[in-house]
Amino acid sequence: MGDKTSAGNRGKSAGSDCYVELELTAAGGIQLELKSKVKALFGAKIESLCLTVLHHFDIENANIYIEDSGALDHVLAARVEAAIRKQVETDKEFLLDILPQNQNGSARGKNRRSRLYLPGNTPKLSLNAGVYGADGIILDLEDSVAADKKFEAAILVRNTLRATDFYGAERMVRINQGAKGLADLEFIVPHFVNLILVPKCESAEQLQAINTRIRQLQENSNTVNPIHLMPILESAKGVLNAFEIASADNVVALAIGLEDYTADLGVQRTEAGTESFFARCQLVNAATAAGIQAIDSVFSDVSNMELLAEVVTKSKALGFNGMGCIHPRQIKVVHENYAPGKTEIETAKKIVNAFHIATEKGLGVVSLGSKMIDPPVVKRAQTTIDMAIDVGMLDQDWRDNYAG
Amino acid sequence: MPVELVKNSVGRMVPTEINGKPAVPFQGVGGYKPEGRIHAPKIASCADYPLDGNKQVESLKAALIKAGLKDGMTISTHHHFRNGDLIAVEIFKIAQELGVKDLIWFPSAAFPCQEAIIEQLENGTIHHIEGSLNGPLGEFASQGKMRGTGVLRSHGGRYQAVQDGEVEIDIAVIAAPTADPFGNANGVDGPSACGLLGFALADSEYADKVIVVTDNLVPFPCIPWQIQGNHVDYVVEVEQIGIPERIVSGTTKITKSPDRLHIAELTARFCEEAELVRDGFSFQAGAGGTSLSIGNFFGEIMRRKGIKARFARGGSNKYLVEMFEEGLIDYILDGQTFDLDGIRSMRENPHHVNTSPFTSYNYHGKGNFAGLIDIVILGATEVDLNFNANVVTHSDGKLLHGIGGWQNCLFGKNVILPIPLFRNRIPVVCDEVTTICGPGELIDIIVTERGIAINPRRTDLLEKMKDSNLPIKTIQELKEEAERICGVPARPQLSDEIISAVKWVDGTIIDVVRKIAD
Repeated sequence: MGDKTSAGNRGKSAGSDCYVELELTAAGGIQLELKSKVKALFGAKIESLCLTVLHHFDIENANIYIEDSGALDHVLAARVEAAIRKQVETDKEFLLDILPQNQNGSARGKNRRSRLYLPGNTPKLSLNAGVYGADGIILDLEDSVAADKKFEAAILVRNTLRATDFYGAERMVRINQGAKGLADLEFIVPHFVNLILVPKCESAEQLQAINTRIRQLQENSNTVNPIHLMPILESAKGVLNAFEIASADNVVALAIGLEDYTADLGVQRTEAGTESFFARCQLVNAATAAGIQAIDSVFSDVSNMELLAEVVTKSKALGFNGMGCIHPRQIKVVHENYAPGKTEIETAKKIVNAFHIATEKGLGVVSLGSKMIDPPVVKRAQTTIDMAIDVGMLDQDWRDNYAG
Repeated sequence: MPVELVKNSVGRMVPTEINGKPAVPFQGVGGYKPEGRIHAPKIASCADYPLDGNKQVESLKAALIKAGLKDGMTISTHHHFRNGDLIAVEIFKIAQELGVKDLIWFPSAAFPCQEAIIEQLENGTIHHIEGSLNGPLGEFASQGKMRGTGVLRSHGGRYQAVQDGEVEIDIAVIAAPTADPFGNANGVDGPSACGLLGFALADSEYADKVIVVTDNLVPFPCIPWQIQGNHVDYVVEVEQIGIPERIVSGTTKITKSPDRLHIAELTARFCEEAELVRDGFSFQAGAGGTSLSIGNFFGEIMRRKGIKARFARGGSNKYLVEMFEEGLIDYILDGQTFDLDGIRSMRENPHHVNTSPFTSYNYHGKGNFAGLIDIVILGATEVDLNFNANVVTHSDGKLLHGIGGWQNCLFGKNVILPIPLFRNRIPVVCDEVTTICGPGELIDIIVTERGIAINPRRTDLLEKMKDSNLPIKTIQELKEEAERICGVPARPQLSDEIISAVKWVDGTIIDVVRKIAD
């Protein structure tokens, strides 16, 4: 008793967040002090939710101070829970309802051109993240979260996975390295995360450990949705073992982290990228051999859209399928420049059209002229068509006027 | 003394009397047509003015005394210096020094730099303010501390009120960046250059006494004469009338916020798909970050399509001037100049024209420019299911903003409100707005980051956009989404006490603002 714990953030930049300070007491019931920008309209709701969370963790006597900057319920609940669990040993967790649309799995081969990185402990950035149209959204628990904020971030990420509508973007989480990363899994696996980014991956063995833990957690939580892995190669050793990593279970894409990779080599990261040319080619080659996607490193100058477009064009030419984004403005540029070229689209149209004709005629085999078309080729062509439609290069109903 | 309340045509209970004067409830757009003639100032005679044209007086205090400053008078000032004004505070300090009481301050808008006036509100020098109450003054009034009832008017409504004699200005004090001893004045030259002086036009024409204060006195003639000396009684030269860096304030940056950029881009795409951006179109460009970036997107569309705009209307700034000088816009009809590029352009380019609330906004005139504009971009604190919008209070009932030209611009052909679906957990799209400032029949399109709602009255736009890939939704759907994310907010606790009336452009009362309950 007498310990004071806190969670969350306050101050000018802490929009949509709240700061909670908790002190357990021996008697006197719950003493709640609330300071909130939205007190006139949400004060009663905030207090009632806070009491519900305290009650859930069997806390009957405490002083609790909340400084709220417009936090939504799932943020408020996460902060109160974190403040409690920092001083109370418990197996319990406090879960609000999960959105029905957040219980979907994602397809193994779905487009992953853009994935927007968000610091996992900054709720204001995740709130609207879904509206920008990124293929995936990464809630990051690793580099963007300070060491002493890791625990509360994991709880917030869990609640965000359940409560925030990302409007069809794949729900991704980047876990921490090593044992910490394994511990992160219990906060995300039962809550329908679609894809887990594994930082600093150097061997297939690491991924096995993760897969095993995922299976256990899914059994315990009675969930069966697919959980894909995207290992990030960030070291010389990781790059050397690229194929073994790419071939591990549930891996759908290989990504590269060039900041750490160049640091590992002991060289400067340059704009031309000569120093990482081998690593990137090796990654693309390994990914292709394993039948998965190759994902490029982020581009860090968020104000230079022209240079980003150039970088993406080169990346596509090397064989990459997508890139990380650190600002929503980058998404559109990334999509436009990974978009298929005109001849690619024309070929894809022929294949997809042939597929539809075959289906309409009830034929089991798709053929174009005298050539038979394999299902994976049709699938890839459909992806090309989808991308072309998405960036406005092709009409949704292109087949209506398609002469073949 | 309790005043009788009646229900107006948008269902709000409004008083029949404000500050002891009769008031007319809102009767629908175009519903109220007063009869009679406009107000006129007294006949003046050249015999009472120096024949050599020198109307200079040694100080502002001397000019106020000469103008007959006394208890209960209405004193007007203007906001063309925005947050850099030094004159309004000075006037009321002088009034306090002279022991004058119960003045009515009639500014075209008040800014935080005038916070010091709270002292004169508290000590009885000022009875009440009729004009926008934002920032600290809004806070003061929201707490019910002002003695009289505030009256909020649009820029056009202010002109109308003066013209119609609803407000009789005893003394108008016009702060002028450049003036001559005869009283001719402009805003384009001098250290405190601010562009134009349109907000002071009505005051110069109708006030009983007019004082021009300047820190850049030039020999006759002061050209251009945006304010004509023939209306002016006294001219005062002072050391400094404004703080230049606050006159051209920091409001003129294109937004970097990804959310706002996203809304701006959706708005521009909507305007392009609905073919509102076409050769010879016109648009109104606001000064907020979102409006600015919409203007920027319009520029991109015009370049891509090889078309141009006939005119752009509204606050001018660097971005608008760049498009103008690039040849994308034939004319800028400027109502308020926001930065030095705007001022330079107005000084140098005859196609960059200064306008006034008379030409642009006055509803009791033979037409005005507002209805001619194809695309109007405005903000709002709240919008409801009937498309009614609020721009003066926040959802918690606090009075925080003025109306500006907002109501007047609603008469544009396509009125678009690009707004976030919620701010700080508070839904912006809601069941019923706290204060109705604009009736929904004049508001056409709501653009939020999560969807675009078209007013069902605009069947033409609904038809045109029915196959669009843009996220077109109903206003009901937007409201439900806002509440799903934020939760349903409680209603603000307001008392019965009316702290301010909100006038419509025709002088009728569309709504009132009530004191926040303790």
